[in-house]
Amino acid sequence: MPDFGAAHWYPQGPMRSGKPSPAGRFVQCQGCKKTLFATDFEANFKVCPYCSHHHRLNWSERIAYTFDEDSFQEMDADLVSSDPLAFPDYKPKHDAARSKTGMEDSVACGIARLIDMPVSVAVSDFHFMGGSMGSVAGEKVTRTLERGCDMRCPVIIFCASGGARMQEGLVSLMQMAKTTAAVERCRSHGIPYISVFTDPTMAGVLASYASVADVILAEPKALVGFAGARVSKQAQVVKAPDDFQQAEWVLRSGMLDRIVERRDMRSTLGELVRMLGAHLRQGAAVVA
Amino acid sequence: MAKSWREWMKELLHLEELITQMRATAARETDSHKAEELSQQIEAFEGRRKNIIKLIFSRLGAWEEVLLARADPRPYTLDYVNAIFTDFLELEGDRRFGTDHAIVAGPANLEGQPVMIVGHQKGRNLNERTFRNFAMAKPEGYRKAIRMFSMAERFRLPVVTFIDTPAADPGVESESRGISEAIAASMLSMFELTVPVVSVVIGEGGSGGAIGIAAANTVLMQEHAIYSVIPPEGCAAILWRDASKGNQAAAALKLTAKSALEMGLIDRILPEPEGGAYANPLEAAETVRAAITGSLQELSKMSPVKLKEHRYAKFRSMGVFSS
Repeated sequence: MPDFGAAHWYPQGPMRSGKPSPAGRFVQCQGCKKTLFATDFEANFKVCPYCSHHHRLNWSERIAYTFDEDSFQEMDADLVSSDPLAFPDYKPKHDAARSKTGMEDSVACGIARLIDMPVSVAVSDFHFMGGSMGSVAGEKVTRTLERGCDMRCPVIIFCASGGARMQEGLVSLMQMAKTTAAVERCRSHGIPYISVFTDPTMAGVLASYASVADVILAEPKALVGFAGARVSKQAQVVKAPDDFQQAEWVLRSGMLDRIVERRDMRSTLGELVRMLGAHLRQGAAVVA
Repeated sequence: MAKSWREWMKELLHLEELITQMRATAARETDSHKAEELSQQIEAFEGRRKNIIKLIFSRLGAWEEVLLARADPRPYTLDYVNAIFTDFLELEGDRRFGTDHAIVAGPANLEGQPVMIVGHQKGRNLNERTFRNFAMAKPEGYRKAIRMFSMAERFRLPVVTFIDTPAADPGVESESRGISEAIAASMLSMFELTVPVVSVVIGEGGSGGAIGIAAANTVLMQEHAIYSVIPPEGCAAILWRDASKGNQAAAALKLTAKSALEMGLIDRILPEPEGGAYANPLEAAETVRAAITGSLQELSKMSPVKLKEHRYAKFRSMGVFSS
């Protein structure tokens, strides 16, 4: 009997650094349920070679798959959420998420290089309390956007979130305004900001910084929506299409710019940063 | 746990109806002795009514605040607009898709000075509620708001917004037209403004639907309004898989004006008349008027650039964490 693991087992080191998987390990694709060799699966960026299902990544895999090797410098890693509402069961849930993921909260941020160009980066990790945005996630996203302004480099944010974190109540809601204000700052400073919707990008995150990026990319079939599908379908007699709230449907609705397969994400982001951020890099002045 | 304001206030409403009926009978009474007797009874009932109100309002929990914020006789945006402003001229179009009656908007005069108004609008009966979509705005509503904000910027009009929505519209159509983008873009356009912006939470400050038009320099909140990241029923459904535990969730979410002020997320609580804003709408409106006027006066001392920075700094500072 082979050792079947969930395809998103956790924690897992970055693959591009060449770390071998435990020998003889198989995984089952969460899309088509086929059995895959773990090594093949990881060499393919955790995308199923048969059905092309994009499995969820943790933040360090995302960084490793996207940015120049070892170029990421994490910042603000020491920010820790307090429990402003003394909300029932928040502390134990938060502690469990911390020990499960090794993160302090749902977002990791810092600076990195993308095809040798500097970028300010934030990645949210769905494995940490559903990637929800409380004070710490809001602060990190805001700092990431501000860092783009200060360092005069493009900003890239990978979204993966169920929305605002209800355990921090109104403080979480205010993170929507705070992060959106920081996007406005990027705009007025001429800093390109690219957001990437990964599975899932929902509610309070979608209705704030995620949706007002200059360019919005999405991974195939990522779930993207304001309300849970059940609520949406209940709320109206209009029949929802089969791929309602899937990236492909969102693209048809005009709410994002491109669907990009994981293996092409790095090059696509690179092209965007190269072209939209040309005015920020040294030497651009010569052309002007 | 009462599910609605009407259910909770059943006995009081019954008593009030009784008093009204007795008054009508007393007015018809020709026998002066009997009329005297009736009026004494009415007075006794009135006293009882006042005592009940005092008792109710002396021990309000978070859930009672939710019911009060949703109470259907509570003054809505247009009630305040009519009481406080003159010459309100509603402008409807979003120039993109349609009009949305869940958000009303347009210029009006406040003590002779033109301002731009944007606010959620609820309905009082079934027809009105349907027309207003229960104050759940669609993308069109937020895009109309964006138009008003940008006009306010061009023509140097201070902005006043009224917040009273259970949530933004979650339907399939709203989703397809980008309700999330519309909310975010509306907030973003508020952060671009270099004119004073004041928001007043007058009823339900329902999550994204509320903050979409509440990115203001000064945020005021009525005593019995609520402001929350998620409706308490929704929170209970997620946490305890039981939407009927809304009262517990309401307490946990700390969604009252008092808590919002303690956490530094709003600037001021506007006291309501005894028995709530609906007990004396004009008095409530006067408090709101004075607070808006005072806030705008304060803000008008700031330069345009400073106003924008002030708004940024205000929201920038929100968040509780340690490092």
